[in-house]
Amino acid sequence: MRLKSWKELETGVVILEPGNSVLYRTGTWRTFRPVIDMEKCTHCMFCWLYCPDGSILVKDSKVIGIDYEHCKGCGICAYECPKKVITMIEEVKARTEEAK
Amino acid sequence: MAQLKRDPIGIRWHGRGGQGAVTASKILAEAGKSEDKYFLGLPDYGAERAGAAMRSFTTVSTKPIRALCEIAEPDAVVVLDSTLLDEVNVVAGLKEDGVLVINTTESPANIRSKLGYKGRIYAVDATSISIKNLGKNIPNIPMLGALARAVEVVSKENLVKMIRESLGGKFKEAVVEGNVKAFEKAYETAQAG
Amino acid sequence: MTEVMVRKAEVKALEGDKAVTEAMRQINPDIVAAYPVTPQTEIVMEFSQFVAEGLVDTEFIPVESEFAAMSSCVGASCAGARAMSATCGPGLELMWENLWVASGLRCPIVMAVVNRSHAAPLNILTDQTDMMGSRDTGWVQIYAENHQEVYDNFIQAVRIAEHPDILLPIMSGHAGFVLGHTLGRVEVLPDEVVRNFVGEYKPLYSLLDIDHPKTFGAYDHWDYFFEHRRQVFEAINNALRVIPEIGQEYGKISGRYYGLVEPYRLDDADVVIMIIGSGAGACREAVDEMREKGTKAGMLKVRCFRPFPAEEVVKALKDKKAVAVMDRCACFGAEGSPLFTETCAAFFNRGLRMKLIDYFYGLGGRDTVPSEFCDIFRELSQIAETGEIKPPLVRYLAVRE
Repeated sequence: MRLKSWKELETGVVILEPGNSVLYRTGTWRTFRPVIDMEKCTHCMFCWLYCPDGSILVKDSKVIGIDYEHCKGCGICAYECPKKVITMIEEVKARTEEAK
Repeated sequence: MAQLKRDPIGIRWHGRGGQGAVTASKILAEAGKSEDKYFLGLPDYGAERAGAAMRSFTTVSTKPIRALCEIAEPDAVVVLDSTLLDEVNVVAGLKEDGVLVINTTESPANIRSKLGYKGRIYAVDATSISIKNLGKNIPNIPMLGALARAVEVVSKENLVKMIRESLGGKFKEAVVEGNVKAFEKAYETAQAG
Repeated sequence: MTEVMVRKAEVKALEGDKAVTEAMRQINPDIVAAYPVTPQTEIVMEFSQFVAEGLVDTEFIPVESEFAAMSSCVGASCAGARAMSATCGPGLELMWENLWVASGLRCPIVMAVVNRSHAAPLNILTDQTDMMGSRDTGWVQIYAENHQEVYDNFIQAVRIAEHPDILLPIMSGHAGFVLGHTLGRVEVLPDEVVRNFVGEYKPLYSLLDIDHPKTFGAYDHWDYFFEHRRQVFEAINNALRVIPEIGQEYGKISGRYYGLVEPYRLDDADVVIMIIGSGAGACREAVDEMREKGTKAGMLKVRCFRPFPAEEVVKALKDKKAVAVMDRCACFGAEGSPLFTETCAAFFNRGLRMKLIDYFYGLGGRDTVPSEFCDIFRELSQIAETGEIKPPLVRYLAVRE
């Protein structure tokens, strides 16, 4: 990505585009990824509440998955899950599995 | 005796914190406004604790006043409290053809022999005048009266108008009129020598 | 060309601090956040009275410290408000971190600084150590010589700060007590003339523009921090062009024209004193006195110290035989005072050699009288005659040895 020159930057360190932090993909930082066993998930929302990056995807009050574009793999969701249905698996293995 | 008239005219005030020298020096300065003159009221701040010796300066001029510092050689000196004579050289730098105006029960001749000042001296018992008209010793406005007798900075009418305007914003009418009476009394009774 | 009417001004007797509040009342800013501190207290006292009496529409924020005062100003400015403050000496120190935030976020805050020394030793009287100490914070800095300039500068400061090519905070300085508490003559412009001159503040961006949400004050990494800093370098230097433009425009409504520097009997002068602020008046007296005695004396008053008007200073002084630079601040350990080192750099960078001496003077409220300036002129005449400067180069005026 080409970095802007000082003449191209907005005055006063203002960011004009609201919510543009989603454009920054922190999902590449992971070495482990959380995987939810959807069969056993009770939708208690603990993972959603504790996730520091807002990466638990929710629809109609139900957990539907994880935003892997932004999940950093911190593991807090797996630690906090009262039913222990979130497993942290090695990212390398997950990717190999995906590639198959 | 004719009044001293100069342009610009510089006056140094000696008083004790609480006697109103700063107020008097600023009233006199602001009176310059009534005759479309330039003016500066410059207190020497920092020592104005009640009872401590303090100084203030007034300059009035038909030209802009530039030096924002103490007047080294004043045309007139006003002393609000004669006990200051023992601790301050009140005539330091005072021009020989200037005027010393002092709040005292002594005669100008006695003051002269004490200070060795060669110019004119006006003596007035501003403390008694103040106590009689205001009920306490705030000799600043009576000393303005004695000064007005000795020196013409602005006309007496304009000075009295400024006293009324300035004190009127802070005090009841009785206090203001008491001060004007004290001013007039000091003006009349100031003794030249 | 448009005919510009100079409307009748009203002569008022005002202390310097009250000249600020008079200007503030006429400008009618959106918010004022300030904490009282001697000798600035009168500004807070009187302006909050104006607010209480309904003479202004301003929201007055009685903050718990100067740090909070500047934080409030930054927040309000980002929200799109015209924000003002006033402080002095130690209060300015307590604002320190937020001074940089204000300039970095490009908040055109206008602040009166009633110049006061820094402790210790504890002292409430005037010198310019406070503003000089914050000279590199990205604030434009102008100084007043007399009561009239306190008023005039504060009004112009609004236009300087809010100019689209600048958009930086500004400090308008005047000497504590010497100007702040002394009573002087001020020609006050009619309210509507001042209000037309400053106009309505139209912020570039506003936090309250809810239809277009924005992020203010985000973190910058090494990849963008320097570029944002580079913008401030550019913006403050734009003030060298803008300040005289606004000074000319102000002249049209007041009859008083302002620039970056102001010469006094300088054209044919051989020996010159360079000075900032309220000491200039006594120096003018000395110039006249020396002229009467046959010495070609002159003065260069520096009105704007940040940005430093190097070009104007060099242009004004390059043909002079000897110059004394006077600085009323304590800035320790440098090659000389801030005004001196800046002036030296300005000449060196243009390949010029000058006979310059440096005087620290008037610290902690010490009075400097015309006769002392006369002594300096005599010394400069000697340097001009012999071409020699007897050491030391850096001196301390009237300090007991």
